[in-house]
This record gives sequence, C-alpha cells and structure tokens, in this order.
Amino acid sequence: MANELIYLDNSASTRLDERVLEAMKQYYFDTYAVATSEFAYTLGIEAREALDDSREKIAKKLEATAEEIVFTSGSTESSNLAIKGVLRANKKKGKHIIVSTIEDFPVLNSAKALEREGYKATYLPVDGEGFIDLEALQNAITPETVLISIQHANQEIGTLQNIQAIAEISQEKKVLFHSDATHTFGRVAINIEKLPVDLLTLSAHTIHGPRGIGALFVRKNTPIKKHLDGGFQEFNLRPGVENIPGAVGFAKAVELITAEENERLKQLRDRLIDKVFKQVPDVTLNGHRTKRTPQNANITFHFVEGESITLHLDMHGIAVSTGSACFSKSLEASHVIMGIGGDHERAHGSIRFTFGRFNKQKEVDKVVEIISEIVKNLREISPLSNK
Amino acid sequence: MSKIKLPYTKKVLEHFKNPRNVGEIENPDGKAIEGSPACGDMVQLTLKVDEKTKRITDIKFKSYGCASNIATGSIITEMAKGKTIDEAKKISWKSASEELGGLPAVKAHCSVLAVSSLREAIRNYEERHGIIHEVEPTTEEVVKRRLRHVMNPLTGLDVIRTNLISNISIKNGSDGKIIEITVDLPEDHQFANNVKKEIQEKIEHRKDVKKVIVKFLNN
Repeated sequence: MANELIYLDNSASTRLDERVLEAMKQYYFDTYAVATSEFAYTLGIEAREALDDSREKIAKKLEATAEEIVFTSGSTESSNLAIKGVLRANKKKGKHIIVSTIEDFPVLNSAKALEREGYKATYLPVDGEGFIDLEALQNAITPETVLISIQHANQEIGTLQNIQAIAEISQEKKVLFHSDATHTFGRVAINIEKLPVDLLTLSAHTIHGPRGIGALFVRKNTPIKKHLDGGFQEFNLRPGVENIPGAVGFAKAVELITAEENERLKQLRDRLIDKVFKQVPDVTLNGHRTKRTPQNANITFHFVEGESITLHLDMHGIAVSTGSACFSKSLEASHVIMGIGGDHERAHGSIRFTFGRFNKQKEVDKVVEIISEIVKNLREISPLSNK
Repeated sequence: MSKIKLPYTKKVLEHFKNPRNVGEIENPDGKAIEGSPACGDMVQLTLKVDEKTKRITDIKFKSYGCASNIATGSIITEMAKGKTIDEAKKISWKSASEELGGLPAVKAHCSVLAVSSLREAIRNYEERHGIIHEVEPTTEEVVKRRLRHVMNPLTGLDVIRTNLISNISIKNGSDGKIIEITVDLPEDHQFANNVKKEIQEKIEHRKDVKKVIVKFLNN
C-alpha cells in the first residue's frame, strides 16, 4: 500500500510489541493456572513464579522491591486505588487532598468523587507551561492534608513536573505523595531510592505492553486500604484472579525499553517541532520546550479547528488527537490547555503528536508536509485568519 | 485515500473536503458572524439580495469549525442561493442535515450555528432595509424559542423538544432581567457544562438580559 498508516497517538495507546505477545502466550495456553500457594499443584506454583518474576522486573526498573508493586487493571484503577485507598485509610489525620488542575481524569475525578463524600480537595493551578507553583503547594498543605497527587508528566502537553522537589516538600511536611507516571514510566528514569514518592501509577499499554494491566507502586508501610472487596491477592490490596499473562507482558514491555529508544523518540519529537515552526506560521507550542516527555509534541495551529485537522489527516492515514471540544466525548475543550491559561481558541486548534517504537523519521517529514497543506487550506476558509 | 470509518456520510465528507461558496462578499447586503464560546466554532456569512425579487443572488461563508460546521455552511449556502429571503428563512438545521444525508446527533449543535448565521444574515439585511425595527423583549416564549437552538447532545434534537428544560423563571432586576433555567440533567453529567454554556450563549447577549443562571437537577 502506498498509503501506510502513520500512528502518532501513542499516548492514547500503543501497538503491542510482538515479543510481548510471544512472552505472554505461554501463560494463556500452557501455564494457565491461577497463582496458587506453594503447597498446591505444580502448574499453579509455576504461574506464581511467573507473577513474582514479573513483579521483580518491574520493581527493578524503579529500584523498588517486588513487594511494593501491586498489579491492577491499568492506570485508571491504580490512581483510584492510590487516592481513595490512602484517603480512606487516613481519616484520623484528616480529609484533605491536593491535586493539580491538569491531572488526568482518574486523579481529577477520584478527587471529585471524594469531595462528594465529604472530603476536601485543593486544585492547584499551573503556569503557562503546565508547572505547578512549589510555593503554592507548600501553602496549600494544612495539618489536615493526607495526600498530594501531582502527575509526573502531563498526558496532553508532556510537561514534566519538578517531581523531586514536590516529593521533598511532601516528605518534609509529612504528607503522602502519589504521582501518576502513566506517561513517564519507562520513558523517563525514575529511581525511588532517590525520589521520596509514596505511590506511583504505572501503565503497560503506553509502552507497547498489553492493555488491561497496570500497577501501583506503594512504598513500604504506606497506610492504604483496598477499594475493591474480594480475596487477598496482591498483598491484600487488589483482589481478583491475577492477570498473569498481562503481568508477564508488562514486565517484557519494560524490559524491551532502552535509553537509546527514548533518545530516538526525543529526536523525532524535536524534528517535528522544529519543522512545524519553520514551515507553518502562527503556531504555539503547548508545554515546555525541553522539560517534556520524549514522546510528546503538542502544537496549536491558530485560526483553525482541531477536528477538521484530524479528519483531513485521517484521510491521509495519519492518526493524532486534538484538545478541541468538537473531538472530546464531553464536548468540552481540553482542561489541560485551558488550565495552562489557554482560551478556547488555543485548545480548539491544538494537536497532540505522540511517538512510539514503530515511528520512523520519514513519517515525521511526511506528517509535517501534509499538515502544513491542511492548515493552509483550512485557514483560507477561516474567518479568523484573513488579517 | 484510506478508508474513513468516521460517522459522517459521503456527502458530509465531500462538502467538508470541497466546501462550496467559501469566502466573503465585498459590500454585502446582509452579514452575520455567529460564534459559540462553548464549542469554540465560528461562522461568518455574507449575502447579496436582489432588492426587487428579494432573492439571494450571492452567498458566501467562512468557517472556523469542525467538519460538521464546514459541511453545513457549505450545504446551506447551496440551498439558499437563488431562494427568496422568506424561503431561505425556512431552511432549518434539520433540513440542512437531511440534505447532507444526516449528521451524528452529538454534532447537531455544530450545524445549528451555520444555520443561525444564515438567519442572522437575513435578519441583518431586513434591519438594514427597514423591513423590521422593533427589539422584542425577552419573555418566556422568546427564551423557549432561543432554546430551540440549543441541542441535546444525547439525541441531536433541541432541549425544548426533548424536555430537558424543567423550569424557566424570569425576574426583573434594576438593570436587566435575570433568567434562571433549570436543566433536567445531573450536575456531573457528561454534557452538563456544554449544555450550560450553549444556553447562556443563546440568551445572554440580549439587550434586556443581565444574567443567565443555569441550574441542574440532581436526583
């Protein structure tokens, strides 16, 4: 086919790596038993070993211990468990949580759900590049504050928070700290021996692993309650028959990521940003130029609407996403672009390009050529651009 | 071209790719810019009217909007061209949508904007040519009429017809009317904010209105 698909929506989800699927197969067809205790039957013990081994590999990536990794169904569940689990386990201390306004929906809506139950939430605003103000964070902390939940990197604009400083503030103030690392785990180095974070949301399908599996890092001795009721699996924090093929696939996906690959993604990202800025007038980069995830570029093409761009791109076999209200399921403009002080116009024409393992440099070049042409044509029919 | 799986008809995609009557007429007889801060879309429409026959001789539009918006702008200019202004006034979002082979329910509000721009441009022509003068006071009837332009994203029909409005109250303040509208949706509904903004946008600009308060029913 002359027109091969160019997929630049890797922060939504990625294509599974075949090697991941290969590693998983055994646990569907051969070692398919549940993870049993060591006194049960061989197949179950083998399954248990595979689960423990996967846990170990994921922990190692963070310099954590295996007992600190709780498998979940994905990052949505991980963030729900972290936030609801910690707040409900620490009612004696207080009922206050601090999050940022540009968190992804699992964090934001968990905080809102807790508010409906009588908890209090503070939503910290961010600056024009998506950073929270550390002083404002300090000031927001009260004796009632149980948890700070600030993402490591933003899902739409890729901004990397100063997570080290946030963690140190939380440590100093004796407040627990959760961070949604869905878009950084594997892509940006995290070492929990140096980073005093208490809980981290981890995802597999954003790094060419399977869907339906994620994890929550829970630092030893963190007071947390499970929020699903059932058996005693996952250190009594997450009941349900373990997803062993998923865990094996997750571990394999983590193993396959290299520093070179992340560097290559960064080059693709920079190439796209540089080329767009050279070729297309009236564009704005959303987020910080360098303090952003290697896989994310987010650019507003002024005077045009994002869904019109994505539809034209789709006709060329190119997949991206936009912060435009017309594109979203709630018909609301991106809360992230609005959160960084953008108006509807900025959200309206914002396009997110996110790279993955299977993207090539020539794809970047082709996308820039095509999008330049699309934006030029749409601007010709736009009432805003005839000045 | 790759196969498009989006829920748009061939005709919508065709008008989106090659919109008709794009541009701006110099010295138009009627002009309108309709914008929606909620969706962010904007449509500009200019037209020429033959003074004797009252027929629309030329019509052009520009769109800062999504595919449905562009396609509807294109189709209504085609539909309106050559019609008398009274005939053109009857072009509704429904007939435009039908002409396009249908639009997804959730996109109805995008097409409404293009249709309102046609009506407003005609109204602008009528005002300029002394066909209408008076400014209508905002009554419950007027509010209801305006709300017929707010789409229920769940059904693609307007909020009045789908009984989404459970109450309208109008209070006379010292410097303008305060309109309170209650919507039969929970506050945390997926579309609650969108509906709220669209309602405010349709009524707030009226000269005798000071404030529009939108409330939700939490059940």
